[in-house]
Amino acid sequence: MKGIEVFQELAPLLADEAVVLANGFISRECFQVLDRPGNFYMIGSMGLASSIGLGVALAQPERRTLIFDGDGNVLMAMGTLAMIAACAPKNLIHIVIDNEVYESTGSQRTISNVVPLESVALSCGYRQALRVTQRDALKSAYESLCQAEGPGFLLVKVEPGFDPATGRVTHTPEEIRNRFMNSLKV
Amino acid sequence: MLSSKTFIEKLHGHGFDFFTGVPCSLLSGLISSLEESSGYLPSVREDAAVGLCAGAFMAGKQPVLLMQNSGLGYSLNAFTSLNLIYGLPVLVIMSWRGCGGNDAPEHIIMGAVNEKLLATAGMDHDVLTRDNVDALLVQAVDQIKNKKLPYTLLVKKGLFDERH
Ligand SMILES: Cc1ncc(C[n+]2csc(CCOP(=O)(O)OP(=O)(O)O)c2C)c(N)n1
Ligand SMILES: [Mg+2]
Repeated sequence: MKGIEVFQELAPLLADEAVVLANGFISRECFQVLDRPGNFYMIGSMGLASSIGLGVALAQPERRTLIFDGDGNVLMAMGTLAMIAACAPKNLIHIVIDNEVYESTGSQRTISNVVPLESVALSCGYRQALRVTQRDALKSAYESLCQAEGPGFLLVKVEPGFDPATGRVTHTPEEIRNRFMNSLKV
Repeated sequence: MLSSKTFIEKLHGHGFDFFTGVPCSLLSGLISSLEESSGYLPSVREDAAVGLCAGAFMAGKQPVLLMQNSGLGYSLNAFTSLNLIYGLPVLVIMSWRGCGGNDAPEHIIMGAVNEKLLATAGMDHDVLTRDNVDALLVQAVDQIKNKKLPYTLLVKKGLFDERH
């Protein structure tokens, strides 16, 4: 499975969720598959998709918040896994697209081949943590996290394989903020 | 001295309703009072606290971030590549260790440059005193509502009660 397939598989299931996307190819792939006002494309601040998502989830406990993160991003801000577990928002699902590389900067290896991030999340205190390696198991894993009490963690092991023809996010940062806040009724 | 309780009441009065940060001894009384009165989320790093406040702001909160000036070093990229480009305001209450060059060695350099760093990055700041609290909080709210930018209040040793 490639990273973009995660969005192809899960995008049809989205409704009014707040979605926070890590920087680099992850934001671009989601933009390509399904651009929606409720997507916050984080173009800088590597590592902070998780804390931004936590802030959203805590401020709007009635709305589900999804974080689409990368292995490099998670490893950069591993303390935030502990914060998410300690704050324990029931409405938060943290999905990590783990290609074992910093693909956006030229596919230098990370260390997630030897560090099982879903075990880290579980040890921190996430209520659920699942690992998926096959596309056909993704939907049911996601749905089971939606039904269970959060915070949930879904590690999706993928092969690197970014298509260079994928577009760039065309909205300005200010437009991204305004659309996102409107979709959250702020 | 400025009482933590009074200051927190003023923050509430201006609509601030989300509090997080990483402690500094200069802010110890303030954080203890916040924990008792308002809910305060301990952050593990200052940059994570910046992200947390950014998310909370977009989802309707008016956040306050407490940190030591050393945390400015950890969070500068978060401010410049998140808050300043998207226009995500936050009230930062930053202790000024190393002010005047009189402190432990690890605080001297940041204490000498924190104002310049803030100014260079285009982040407005003022030094909070007993006498300018009301005026500066009005300014903070203006910065948040109209300019949509972070605003920093620097706190020198002795302004707030310390509990440690
Ligand atoms: C603080 C910081 N360091 C480095 C970068 C450069 N950078 C941008 S995206 C990225 C890789 C992100 O890796 P990962 O989260 O695994 O996502 P992937 O690129 O594999 O999809 C890096 C290193 C950056 N933007 N910010
Ligand atoms: Mg990666």
